[in-house]
Amino acid sequence: MKLSTKHLLGIKDLNREDIQLILSTAEQFKEVLQRPVKKVPSLRDITIVNLFYENSTRTRMSFELAEKRLSADVLNFAASSSSSAKGETLLDTVNNILSMKVDMVVVRHSASGAPHFLSQHIPAAIVNAGDGINEHPTQALLDAYSMQEKLGKLEGLKVAIIGDIMHSRVALSNMYLLRKMGAEVMVAGPPTLIPKYISEALGVRVEYNLKKALQWCDVANVLRIQLERQNQPLFSSLREYNLAYGIKRKLLESLGKDIVIMHPGPINRGVELDSDVADGPYSIILNQVENGVAVRMAVLYLLANRES
Amino acid sequence: MKTILSEQQLALTVKRLAHQILENNLQLADTVIIGLQPRGIFLSDRIVNELKKLVEPGLIRYGKLDITFYRDDVRKSLHIANATDIPFSIENKKVVLIDDVLYTGRTIRAALDALLDFGRPSKVSLCVLIDRRFSRELPIQPDYTGKVIDTIISQKVKVFWKEKDDSEEVILLDS
Repeated sequence: MKLSTKHLLGIKDLNREDIQLILSTAEQFKEVLQRPVKKVPSLRDITIVNLFYENSTRTRMSFELAEKRLSADVLNFAASSSSSAKGETLLDTVNNILSMKVDMVVVRHSASGAPHFLSQHIPAAIVNAGDGINEHPTQALLDAYSMQEKLGKLEGLKVAIIGDIMHSRVALSNMYLLRKMGAEVMVAGPPTLIPKYISEALGVRVEYNLKKALQWCDVANVLRIQLERQNQPLFSSLREYNLAYGIKRKLLESLGKDIVIMHPGPINRGVELDSDVADGPYSIILNQVENGVAVRMAVLYLLANRES
Repeated sequence: MKTILSEQQLALTVKRLAHQILENNLQLADTVIIGLQPRGIFLSDRIVNELKKLVEPGLIRYGKLDITFYRDDVRKSLHIANATDIPFSIENKKVVLIDDVLYTGRTIRAALDALLDFGRPSKVSLCVLIDRRFSRELPIQPDYTGKVIDTIISQKVKVFWKEKDDSEEVILLDS
């Protein structure tokens, strides 16, 4: 058994079996991370470059830790401190790095499709760590892993994705993944942040009322308001957004049911999520971060074999 | 095709291996049993069941180890991992590793590496059902052996277990 793709460019390219294989392999890696020695020699002769053209804390550290736990050799690249600042193109940069014998490239880029472009031109395995407003596949995989771990299943689960759906690669990857695994998905937020034909295109429900969305769902995946990707005002103020769509402890308590709150980070506290929710009993946000390492280890391990 | 161990012989062999392990590890107080995933655990399950008839069952510490992430052929082929479950410390314990067939010795090499990541055992010994001697690629020998056989590389040894394969026997295939 192996993955049906040579790269992880997006959840869109994966089938159900691929997703199941990644999640079950991640479970074994999670056990590795509980051992006295949290490291295995699996990728001892594999070199991986982390190519980050966009800022990142969690994802970059999570990938780097995953690579180190697998005993891979790791190169880190941050655009701000590199020759990109002198005008070198993406393809030139990557070809130069590859001539130093690198096997895998983990790439984050503000342009949607950058990982796909690289996969067409270079022989290394590409892992998408977030490209523009397209996909963030490892985030969706770790979200799914965390939901499955907390609630025991994905099939039939009701998941609401709340907030800036329009600009969120996390939302798109999550929608692809959850639909493939048989979960029901609802997107909720202000009409200006939800693409018009999303319901027909992706088979998800649309809800503009936060309370109704929360009443419906088992899991609420709350997204960050991405001000850096909004080039025109889509709501009047952050304060007003918080009043209409911010998740508050009182609101959750008024539902009178169990609900799981997730967030891909970084959190805008007091905007999409209040602090007493983010740090409260409903939240599994830090479990998501912990699971991220195991899920990324699984992805890297499954893609490292290049025989086919 | 040739039968190496019939169902009846297999049951007797398992009993003997359990007795031999007990002989060298009386009371099992400082001993842990670790079966190797995926196919070694059928044998280790049976040996542990036999041991439970011979000593206080609560004394037996039994774990399962998967060595997939320690293999030396990651670039050549992809292997899917099974669960590792070692819910106790192996520090200063005598470990008995159990697998079905000992062939090149590479699996056991990986198992020793994996084991050391869980702590420092005082001793590790190896119990196998079938020892294909003369096929070793590493200096590894078993301490408890069900049966020793002489084979060539083109031959295959198949161990069948009831819960997985519907029959229970060991056969040698020429191909």
